[in-house]
Amino acid sequence: MPIKRKSNLSATIALLPTWFVAVVVFIGTMAWSIRLSFTNSTLFPSSTYVGFAQYSKLFSSAKWLASLQNVLIFGVLYVAGCLLLGFLLAAALDRKIRFESAFRTIFLYPYAMSFVVTGLIWQWMLNPTLGIQASVRSLGWESFVLDWVVNRDMAIYALVLAGVWQGAGLVMVIALAGMRGIEGEQWKAARIDGIPVWRIYVSIVLPQLGPALAAAGMLLAMGVIKTYDIVVAMTNGGPGNATEVPAKFIMDNLFGRQNLGLATAGATVLVLGVIIAVAPFRYAMHMRDRAKGAA
Amino acid sequence: MKTMMKLFLAGVAFAGLFASAHAEDKPTIEIMSSWTSGGEAAALNVIKNEFEKRGGVWKDSSIAGFGAADAAFQNRIVAGDAPGAKQGVIGLAAADFINQGLFNPIDDVAGAGKWADVLPKSIHDLISYDGKVYLAPTGAHGESWVFYSKEAFGKAGIAEEPKTWDEFFADFDKLKAAGIVPVAWGGQPWQQTKVFNMILLSQLGIDGFLKIYVDKDKSQASVDGVKKTLEILAKLRGYVDAGAAGRNWNDATAMLITAKAGVQFMGDWAKGEFTVAGKEPGKDYGCMIVPESKGMVYIADSLWFPKTGNAATDKAQKLLAEVVMDQKVQVEFALKKGSVPMRTDVDKSKLDVCAQKGVELMAAGAIVPDQAIVLTPQQVGALDDFVDEYWSGGSNDAATGAENFFAVFE
Repeated sequence: MPIKRKSNLSATIALLPTWFVAVVVFIGTMAWSIRLSFTNSTLFPSSTYVGFAQYSKLFSSAKWLASLQNVLIFGVLYVAGCLLLGFLLAAALDRKIRFESAFRTIFLYPYAMSFVVTGLIWQWMLNPTLGIQASVRSLGWESFVLDWVVNRDMAIYALVLAGVWQGAGLVMVIALAGMRGIEGEQWKAARIDGIPVWRIYVSIVLPQLGPALAAAGMLLAMGVIKTYDIVVAMTNGGPGNATEVPAKFIMDNLFGRQNLGLATAGATVLVLGVIIAVAPFRYAMHMRDRAKGAA
Repeated sequence: MKTMMKLFLAGVAFAGLFASAHAEDKPTIEIMSSWTSGGEAAALNVIKNEFEKRGGVWKDSSIAGFGAADAAFQNRIVAGDAPGAKQGVIGLAAADFINQGLFNPIDDVAGAGKWADVLPKSIHDLISYDGKVYLAPTGAHGESWVFYSKEAFGKAGIAEEPKTWDEFFADFDKLKAAGIVPVAWGGQPWQQTKVFNMILLSQLGIDGFLKIYVDKDKSQASVDGVKKTLEILAKLRGYVDAGAAGRNWNDATAMLITAKAGVQFMGDWAKGEFTVAGKEPGKDYGCMIVPESKGMVYIADSLWFPKTGNAATDKAQKLLAEVVMDQKVQVEFALKKGSVPMRTDVDKSKLDVCAQKGVELMAAGAIVPDQAIVLTPQQVGALDDFVDEYWSGGSNDAATGAENFFAVFE
């Protein structure tokens, strides 16, 4: 017993720096940001409290409301698109094709690139006077239109396109690893029963990939909240408010517009949003664990 | 190996000691700017050379991008590690720092150099706060310029500069008919706001413009002026190519240089791009103030001097302020940067055709300040949002737009 306590003590000491960082750096700065969001801070932190004034200003700002809507559209389509395309790619590679590792590298490669690079490449490709539209027109198809990136109604989908192109590789790798973990016996049994391949993937493989795909989805979803660089590189929030996102709104107000109060209010809303989104999920997990423990 | 290391460390320590002792004697300054493009860096070098000639030690901390440099400066100030000097616009952006007591006044330098006599009064007012001079002006930029490609105008059969907006739009139609993009549009919010302002000045005149931005006047005359401005802006939309959204100003200038486009609305820094491409003002390209405009919008750069608590830096700040306002430096700097000297008593013969037009307007007092000078950064942002939303939203409802405009000042 004394030995165990000793090891606990040393473990506690070893973890002290981590605790310090977690409490002071993460929670401390968060508390400080939340405090600032109730003041009238502009360029420098101020201690004149104004209640919820910054929040009411925030939610009367068309730009902020547009940014929330945009990040929702982008997030749902981006995560869903990555999961779907990633799964399809993994299933294709799983068919024991030739040059599998070469394809794997090619598909995963975009994920190794920074969002800034991805954004710039897609901006050039979708720019109507430089990219795909211009080259197709120069081939003779004069009425061809592909102007998503400069079109108010389509710009957000251009972002989704670039994002999926980048993120699908990650899902593919995770899903492929999951597929390789599935027993060969199941395949043999399904073959004997004469079940078509697509049906095997949908009804047998997919359910078993649940945890792997959930992990991939979680990784992608965390990226959605901080979406910033791809927007700056591709559209800079435009045209108008069409691709404005909360992270960019916050950065703009923090530095460009010297508006600390409004920026921290935005950041606080974002944190609250994440907590509200994650809480039911955590609660469900907790209840499931308890149910398991009882059984 | 160990002794080698020790020797090396000792050497470094010694060198450090020696270097710092050496630097103590000379006024040393770290200067932070966003002047990194070809012409801008050359202009900054003019100040640097003269500063070093007078015995100063110069440390450059340039950061590309206006916003990036501002953010870095803000962080350094909050961290208590301010640089000795910062390049920034004259206006309300600096006022916040001064009100917090973070900047050193340079009153004695300004007094000795008789700045009050050699600067236009409006500029002298803008660099002074509570009766003390804080900023050292480097140069002014005119922002109401229309640059046009003479080659493109020739192809479209346009003989002379348009005098009214109606003539201007007729010329755009001619350019369109000739297969040329009429307007090389820079599609970023700050550029669009500048076009909005130059049109506003042409519609309301100097007094009307100042009434809106300085007095925040919301009378019927002001509303009508904004409405007319928005109508012209909406009409311009038809003369812009599809790739305009998000375009950089220098990419737009390149369209003029290659005669792919007819005109560009931009500040006089665009001249730098023409010069680099070997084009001459008056010969290859022309410059004119927006039609119907009786003056021009200007923006002015200056150096800011944060308090560092270091005596050597304080000395260097005063030397730098002296250098910046030197007559020769002002002209050289303006030539390299494409700007207009701030001092009124300099030799203007060396300036190009466009800059001379600018100097004339400035001397006549036919100038109005850019929004960054008279509005807070929050209001400037709101103005950018307003113009961008109107432009990109495709709205032609100028009347409602004009009503919404005044929310910018709230």
